Amino acid sequence: MPQYVALTYTKDVDWTAPENAKEMAEYEKFGETHGAVIRGGAALYQTSTATTVRVKGARGGEVVLSDGPYAETKEALTGFYLIEAGDLDEALRIAADLPAAWDGAVEVRPTIDFGG
Amino acid sequence: MAADRLAETVRTEGARILATLVRTVGSLPIAEDAVQEAALRALRDWPRTGVPDEPRAWLTVTARRVAIDIIRREGMRAGKERASMNLAGPDAVPDIMPDLPSDSVVHDDRLRLIFTCCHPSLALDAQVTLALRTLCGLSSAQIAAVMLMSESAVAKRLTRTRAKIARAGIPYRVPDDDELPARVASVCAVLHASYTIAHSAVGGERLTDVDGRREALRLARLVHELLPNEPSPMAVLALLLLTESRCAARVDDAGDPVLLADQDRTLWDTTAIDEALILLDTSLRRTDAVADPYQLQAAIAAEHARATCYQATDWTEIVRLYDLLLTVQPSAPAALARAVAIAESDGAAAGLDALADLDFDRDQNHDQRWHAVRGELLAREGRYAEAVAATRESITDEVSAPERRHRERRIVAWSAAGQPERYR
Repeated sequence: MPQYVALTYTKDVDWTAPENAKEMAEYEKFGETHGAVIRGGAALYQTSTATTVRVKGARGGEVVLSDGPYAETKEALTGFYLIEAGDLDEALRIAADLPAAWDGAVEVRPTIDFGG
Repeated sequence: MAADRLAETVRTEGARILATLVRTVGSLPIAEDAVQEAALRALRDWPRTGVPDEPRAWLTVTARRVAIDIIRREGMRAGKERASMNLAGPDAVPDIMPDLPSDSVVHDDRLRLIFTCCHPSLALDAQVTLALRTLCGLSSAQIAAVMLMSESAVAKRLTRTRAKIARAGIPYRVPDDDELPARVASVCAVLHASYTIAHSAVGGERLTDVDGRREALRLARLVHELLPNEPSPMAVLALLLLTESRCAARVDDAGDPVLLADQDRTLWDTTAIDEALILLDTSLRRTDAVADPYQLQAAIAAEHARATCYQATDWTEIVRLYDLLLTVQPSAPAALARAVAIAESDGAAAGLDALADLDFDRDQNHDQRWHAVRGELLAREGRYAEAVAATRESITDEVSAPERRHRERRIVAWSAAGQPERYR
């Protein structure tokens, strides 16, 4: 069955902080409701904890690190789910159940099946 | 059969058989290629052999054979990343050759194709382009002419759109009842956009592209026939028919635009108007909640259609309808049209006030229309110098050549009118 990734873009906060417990509970509820089709995923620490890695030129070149996410945006990539769905409509229906869909946005992308 | 009639038959029959082939081969690109090849063979053979008794059956059988060839060929290429809409794979080859599909099967398949092509996860431009390709059977070159794009840009967009359908897994299915209203709205947006794109070709030498409009109308009719109980497609068809009914009167012999006030109403197509009024009436009766934007726009067009002359127009009712339209779907063009309606019902000064209230965005195309309307209203107030200045500002690159000539003539007339009496 096709797999999709649902990327959650929301406010850039610390999900472990007590003031976000209520929202985390909503995500847990989502996880319970759709547990049968969720194949993986994670919540991410804030973008302030991100490090962006680039290698100059080609493999083996100078490693350039920068503090922060790849792109600074108002809403940040704060988590992702790997979801199994029969088709895009099914995947979109599940994504619309994610709290991020009303607190930000959810980007749904089909994953490549390399077979094997 | 004349060459263009033949081409038209091949194209419309091809578009009709495509939807079923898409389902049986499970791939939009393969089905499209197969139908196109069958159409080419028909155009090559039929002038020589004569048109077969059942052209549709001939095309169906030929397209199926071509599709099987393509699938076998692709299968031999290790079958890597075969575009498939999660439907039947190459195993389905034997099933492609059953009897010719019944009308009800074709009906359901065409609906599937419509909902796939008009899926809201595709950009509106992509939906329109694909609908013209698959549902009207237009070639990339024809779409390019209708949408004022280059042929290569059309081809690129079609490729990208087909790839998204296949890779993202956009289903080939009629949506469930609970999803249907939203999805029908998406289909209606495509119908409306197909017509508007063809109706007001921007910047070009011709004011409209007749073929593009006819195709959009055909598409609207098809959707209404396939979803006969849905009020929105009914309203869209009514709106397009009403707009189309004025086409003969919209331009003069030189191809220049004629204002609604100056149009020869005997040139209006009364058959189209009559059909549209019945459609609109039925559509409104089937809607118990608030009217949708298409119903309201059609109702506005219907007010014009019912007026025997410009002076007989019920502008108060039109202002009321625009007010409703702006509540359900605020837009710059509708707000501008409302200001014009207010000028007609309450005088140019009131119209200018309504215009001044418009917080118009810096959309170039809207900008020029705003200045053009302001010029007209200022001239009615006798403020010719300001009218000339406003109209000058309205002439931008976005304005089509006939429209530009029209505005330039206004400038000349008003410049003369603005002179003190003795210099005239």
